[in-house]
Amino acid sequence: MKTAEALSQEIAACRSIAESLDRRVTVMEVCGTHTVAICRSGLADLLGENIRLVSGPGCPVCVSSQGYIDAAVAAARAGLTVTTYGDMLRVPGSDMPLAAARGEGARVVTVYSALEALYYAEAHPDEDVVFAAVGFETTAPATALAVKAAAGGPANFTALFSHKRILPAMMALVAAEDLQIDAFLCPGHVSVIVGSEEYEPVAATGRPCVVAGFEPLDVARALRMILEQVRSGEARVENEYTRAVRPGGNPAAKRLLEEVFEPAQEYWRGIGMISESGLAPRGGFRRFDAAERHGIDIKEVPEPAGCRCGEVIRGAIDPEDCALFADRCRPTSPVGPCMVSREGSCGAHYRYSRRPA
Amino acid sequence: MCLAVPGQIKSIEGETALVDIAGNGIRAMIALVPEASVGDWVLVHAGLAVTLLSEEEARETLELMQEKYSIEDS
Ligand code: SF4
Repeated sequence: MKTAEALSQEIAACRSIAESLDRRVTVMEVCGTHTVAICRSGLADLLGENIRLVSGPGCPVCVSSQGYIDAAVAAARAGLTVTTYGDMLRVPGSDMPLAAARGEGARVVTVYSALEALYYAEAHPDEDVVFAAVGFETTAPATALAVKAAAGGPANFTALFSHKRILPAMMALVAAEDLQIDAFLCPGHVSVIVGSEEYEPVAATGRPCVVAGFEPLDVARALRMILEQVRSGEARVENEYTRAVRPGGNPAAKRLLEEVFEPAQEYWRGIGMISESGLAPRGGFRRFDAAERHGIDIKEVPEPAGCRCGEVIRGAIDPEDCALFADRCRPTSPVGPCMVSREGSCGAHYRYSRRPA
Repeated sequence: MCLAVPGQIKSIEGETALVDIAGNGIRAMIALVPEASVGDWVLVHAGLAVTLLSEEEARETLELMQEKYSIEDS
């Protein structure tokens, strides 16, 4: 039980540093896998009063706009084949989720990767196949590869692009005056692609940034590193997840993203439009844009009534602060995406009953 | 959605590798790790190898993933 011992040491170190501080420190995680690790391990409750852990926009499904879900549902109902990651299926749209469109007979196919969506298109030349391209920089390279492969491959493959870059969202939250985020736990597998250096602009605002792996020990160690920075009045980028993350990330992946995509404004549920926070296909790759090829319109539509997902995503409230939480909104009858997705804050809090400290 | 798991490359054909992930043979693209060869360890996300790992790095990650512990014990 080496790990358990190491974990309890890290927790004890966090507590003792936190107790020596004269203020409460708010640390935001911006990765759904971290949210789940923190909730499942109960870490939030073990760190003492002076540390507040808050979830940010780390669940790619949750930050997809209501209008995007509606557009995917409309595409499926109009006879296109929508291929999607399983997490998207049950997110409520204004009328219905993708799963319900499938129940009505629309073709909605669950895929595990963008490449699988492309192979599906190759195998079904009679169908117009649209891949719901969501996710952060971890999943965007696979979409880029699929789009590149499609250039010499099947003519019936397009993607409804809604990839997101995490850094502009972090900068938007830092600039929000109602949020007091003191430090960031930076995502592990996004950072495998973009590199730990990506967060320098955030650290330059005076907020420690530590890239962390996904096990409770990784998270506890990263929190201890953050607290040490806070104690000594520093704000740097540090990397706890050295097993997989290099300072410059994966150069081949970055070149690929650069080749296929250009930064574009993108709409985030709860945060709104953020410039350069999305990835739009560049030049010749625009012909794989499903919105253009099939005239799909992604509209801005209001959130479901009563759902406070937007505030949850920004870290402005905890899921328990929503009046519908564990009442009208449960994983079996979700009102908003944060309850549907395995990585959504509301769903994770519900399943592991994480109580805000 | 951003989860990735370590595995070891068993064979390579063009840009596709057969990767042993906890005893299962998984096909993964290796376009982003062009220097990869048979026997190397990689981190695989959604059918795509996203980085090379040293054997030690891979084993450490696997151990952390496999060791079942509860922090109530601590
Ligand atoms: S508990 Fe449900 S309704 Fe409330 S914010 Fe979360 S997902 Fe939305």
